[in-house]
Amino acid sequence: MSQLVSLLQAAITFGTVIMFGALGEVVTEKSGNLNLGTPGIMYLGGIAALAGAFFYESGVENPSAVVGVLIALVCCVAASALGGLIYAFLTVTLRANQNVTGLTLTIFGSGVANFFGGSMNKLAGGVGQISVATTSGGFRATLPLAKLGTAGSILFNHGFLVYTAIALAVVLHLMLGRTRVGLNLRTVGESPATADATGINVTRYKYTATCVGAVITGLGGMFYVMDYIKGTWANDGAIESLGWLALALVIFAAWKPLNTIWGAYLFGILYWLYYYISGLTRYSQELFKMLPYVVTIVVLVMTSMRKKRENLGPAALGQNYFREER
Amino acid sequence: MQTSASGGSRLRIVKRDSLPMWKAVGIRLLAVLLALLVDAILIYCIVNLNPVDVYKTMFSGAFGTTRRAWITARDTALLLCMSVGLAPAFKMRFWNTGAEGQILVGAICTAFCMINLADVLPTGLLLVVMALASIVGGGLWGLIPAVFKAKWDTNETLFTLMLNYVAIQLTSFCVACWENPYGSNTVGIINQNSQAGWFPALFGASYGLNILLAVLLTVGMFCYLRYTKQGYEIAVVGESRNTARYAGVSITKVYIRTMILSGAICGFSGFIAVAGSSHTVSTSTAGGRGFTAIIVAWLAKFNTFFMVVISLLLVFLEKGSSEIASQYNLNEYAAEMIEGIILFFILGSEFFLNYRLVRTGKEKEGK
Repeated sequence: MSQLVSLLQAAITFGTVIMFGALGEVVTEKSGNLNLGTPGIMYLGGIAALAGAFFYESGVENPSAVVGVLIALVCCVAASALGGLIYAFLTVTLRANQNVTGLTLTIFGSGVANFFGGSMNKLAGGVGQISVATTSGGFRATLPLAKLGTAGSILFNHGFLVYTAIALAVVLHLMLGRTRVGLNLRTVGESPATADATGINVTRYKYTATCVGAVITGLGGMFYVMDYIKGTWANDGAIESLGWLALALVIFAAWKPLNTIWGAYLFGILYWLYYYISGLTRYSQELFKMLPYVVTIVVLVMTSMRKKRENLGPAALGQNYFREER
Repeated sequence: MQTSASGGSRLRIVKRDSLPMWKAVGIRLLAVLLALLVDAILIYCIVNLNPVDVYKTMFSGAFGTTRRAWITARDTALLLCMSVGLAPAFKMRFWNTGAEGQILVGAICTAFCMINLADVLPTGLLLVVMALASIVGGGLWGLIPAVFKAKWDTNETLFTLMLNYVAIQLTSFCVACWENPYGSNTVGIINQNSQAGWFPALFGASYGLNILLAVLLTVGMFCYLRYTKQGYEIAVVGESRNTARYAGVSITKVYIRTMILSGAICGFSGFIAVAGSSHTVSTSTAGGRGFTAIIVAWLAKFNTFFMVVISLLLVFLEKGSSEIASQYNLNEYAAEMIEGIILFFILGSEFFLNYRLVRTGKEKEGK
């Protein structure tokens, strides 16, 4: 029983990272921009939050958790939005290829984050490990409800970002399905020429969706740094693999925000399952870690076979829109 | 003729008809120079070093000694092979983002033969078997998404991307199985004493064969794409699937054939990486080069000779930056940051190769 509880807890924490990543990518992709820079943006958001908190905590006598959290949030939002802006400027205004721009953004983000992360680890001195305990504590503060038995420790033993992610998924679901802005955004992703003809400013929608999406994705990076690894840094490429998993989750969830909630937790369970199955050798563990990707491929293939249009993602995904070439 | 996106602005975007060679080269050079300038400012702001010294150090890191130059050449050759492998797929507008996985599958097939057949076969034959194994492995990894794309139009960008991670886990699995010594979680140098299955020195250079293979692939792919019927079919499918259908080209056949070829060359690059340079296998055998190769192939516009230049530039940056890192006690990821910025600029400069900005005259306003 306690094993199951800890598996579910681990799955929820893990899932939240990729849920943020996937939600951001859903918003971006709904505008027709396939941003393969997701891992890069998560890196940018994560390192900016860490850097902000680090300089705040080392510069102030008695750092307060609330201020630390706010500073981390602001830094994270600014850095991720900048990442999204670079992508949008290159693909929308300068019409660069989306796949290549996204991959470059991933290289750039990973370079920036690991460069500054590694340098800060050095700066922090001592054991060579940066730590922003106060801020991280603020992110991981739980409600008193967490003490309510098994259900409490599964459902309520998490920092506020876990619930923010769920709320965000619901909000995005309503926004995309029920509002004029959501309808316009989906039109831009399905057929930019139609959107343009009806007077929707395609450029503005693409820019906004990409930047807002990047901010949400960046929150995933911040959650990873502050909550998952408790306010430290390691140049181990973990964020990058989580970023790709977030992209997988978008497909798995069929571009629907609500699906990302259970999809993310399912990925979390699949990812950590090997840890809780006894008798696995070290090499069979590696095969277990393949599961989320294999499941995604199966989903991708099955939806394409069933030809259900609404599960295949926006029609103009990955294509830039040139008004002149209509 | 359209106004630019911002509607009321007085700048207009006009498509260029053609661009003389010197102008195209000039625009690209300008982009790289601008990027180097931005990087220099960044370097100065962060670490307070004289950027000129830093660039000098980079140059010596890449070409400073004969040995360094050879390693730069070896790594350029490797990146080039991967990019060449991607060329036919991209020309067909088939987004093979799975080079990383295809390389790794090729690498583990190579390592498997290297470990298990070293005592059975003489080195010459062993190398041939290893190469064939890598080609089959990589080809298979390319074939899978192609079949689904051809039959059900499954999104190939996402499919091949996911296959990368399957391949990475498969590699970790093999590394755990073959680890040597036990408990190290690395394969170690394979056949360290016998050197069975290692590339022999060619023309007195230990990496001569790597470079020869890369040159052969580059020239071969250029001719394949430009002068053969199959190359022409790839171009037609890439330009317009409807035209291809009308002309009686079987799209299914072209997709599958081309992706087998693309995957096979990437797998073969895995063979070169294992047998020709690292003599071991791990997930870092590909180490992100599969993604870098995508960028190279795209920027070169599928022209394999341009790929040589771009590969060299990227490898130079990588080697140079790691030299800076060790000289100035920075961290090696500075390389990725600098590389990212340069690529952003080159990507942005593409716009000015295809379009030009025209200032709309005042007479238009007067009307």
